Amino acid sequence: MNAALEFQNISATIPSGRRLLDDVSLVLEDGTVTAILGRSGSGKTTLLRTANRMIEPSRGRVLVAGANANELSLVQLRRKLGYVIQETGLFPHFNTERNIGIVLEAEGQSREQRVTRSNELLQLVGLDPSTFSTRFPHQLSGGQRQRVGLARALAAEPKILLMDEPFGALDPLTRAEMQDMLRDLLQRLHTTVLLVTHDLDEALYLADRIVLLGEGRVLANLPRDQFLQSDQPEIVAYARAFRRGQSTVTPDPIAKDGVA
Amino acid sequence: MNTSFLSQYGSEIATLTMEHLWLTGAAMLFATALAVPAGIWLTRSPRWAKPMIGIANVLQTIPSLAMFGFLLPLPWLGERAARIAIVALTAYALLPILRNTYAGIRGIDPTLIEVARAIGLTDSQRLFKIELPLAASFIFAGLRTATVTCIGIATIAAAVGAGGLGELIFRGVASIDNRLVLAGAIPAALLALVADAALGLLEHRYKIPGPQGSIQ
Repeated sequence: MNAALEFQNISATIPSGRRLLDDVSLVLEDGTVTAILGRSGSGKTTLLRTANRMIEPSRGRVLVAGANANELSLVQLRRKLGYVIQETGLFPHFNTERNIGIVLEAEGQSREQRVTRSNELLQLVGLDPSTFSTRFPHQLSGGQRQRVGLARALAAEPKILLMDEPFGALDPLTRAEMQDMLRDLLQRLHTTVLLVTHDLDEALYLADRIVLLGEGRVLANLPRDQFLQSDQPEIVAYARAFRRGQSTVTPDPIAKDGVA
Repeated sequence: MNTSFLSQYGSEIATLTMEHLWLTGAAMLFATALAVPAGIWLTRSPRWAKPMIGIANVLQTIPSLAMFGFLLPLPWLGERAARIAIVALTAYALLPILRNTYAGIRGIDPTLIEVARAIGLTDSQRLFKIELPLAASFIFAGLRTATVTCIGIATIAAAVGAGGLGELIFRGVASIDNRLVLAGAIPAALLALVADAALGLLEHRYKIPGPQGSIQ
């Protein structure tokens, strides 16, 4: 298998001198889903953002399909990488169709092409085009907005999707639906995905590989089925944090009042 | 006002109203052409925002009669009163347009700007497809304030002989004829109201749909 996206010895420092990433190396095989887990501030989002050069690393390099990201123009690079974030960032003055087609519009495709593509994508993400293409973001529910956000990211047929806590703001049931939809869709599209999440269940459900970051370093990088088997203390601690509600018989001392 | 007054002054009122419109319109065109690009530029170089908006602010505080007086002795400007009036009115219109263009774009939800960059829009695509439409309602609000202010201040332009409806007001005051004062003041007020309503419509038309819109 070829590497679709490769991070080589990435370090990133903010102007104040704080180091966000410390020598991170990571290979995403073509067509696989890699989840990045870690606490807030562990560098997950920073790593994702070095891929499309929203953040320039202070050391190391990013390869996109073997090509140095620094040697591509920013616009070229970013159009190769679909981008989905938690707040969706749908443009409030565009209806669904125009939101989905914005990248195609920027590339100069005709309105007809954009409408056709938008309809295809709406169907792909499970929304009926005749109902939804003319709606504006404020007329959509959180889950629907996230579907449109995903459709927009897929519009230019990127080989790679960058997803930064895409379902973090949704209620558990909607989130589960979205995860099913995404899993189903990824099986059909053969897209390489970098998924930043702090939800272990989401990582286990969607990812082929799970990477645990801590303080800007890679603490673990394992295939999904080996992740929970690991006795590495950081992994055990992370996994335990997700199983607290199930251990009602011997309550966890910190959560004994039922307050997590 | 009776019919004989209107038949005596009617055509003059019409001419002066047109003159008033022309002075204000020309000033608004210049001010928009200067202040909108300047406001956009400030969003790219925010460290200049304070000094630039400060300068526009100071211009705004100069009493209008004094402003016309200052410009009178200047070489090219002083030759024609209309030039003075247009330059002075332009100066007064700068601040609201500049400030609202800057604030309108800066107030856009940073997530949207971020997404516009991340999906690979070029700088000009981001400006014309995202930033300006999202700030449009704000910018029109600035134009509205500027236009209404200018229509008011333009009445003072008559003091340097630039014409406009102020002409009738000054003459009325000098000859203690309230009818003349009103003949200037009422059309000026009507112009201001019409401009206010028309630009208000545009401002509303470009409001971002949704409960909060995108302007924070």
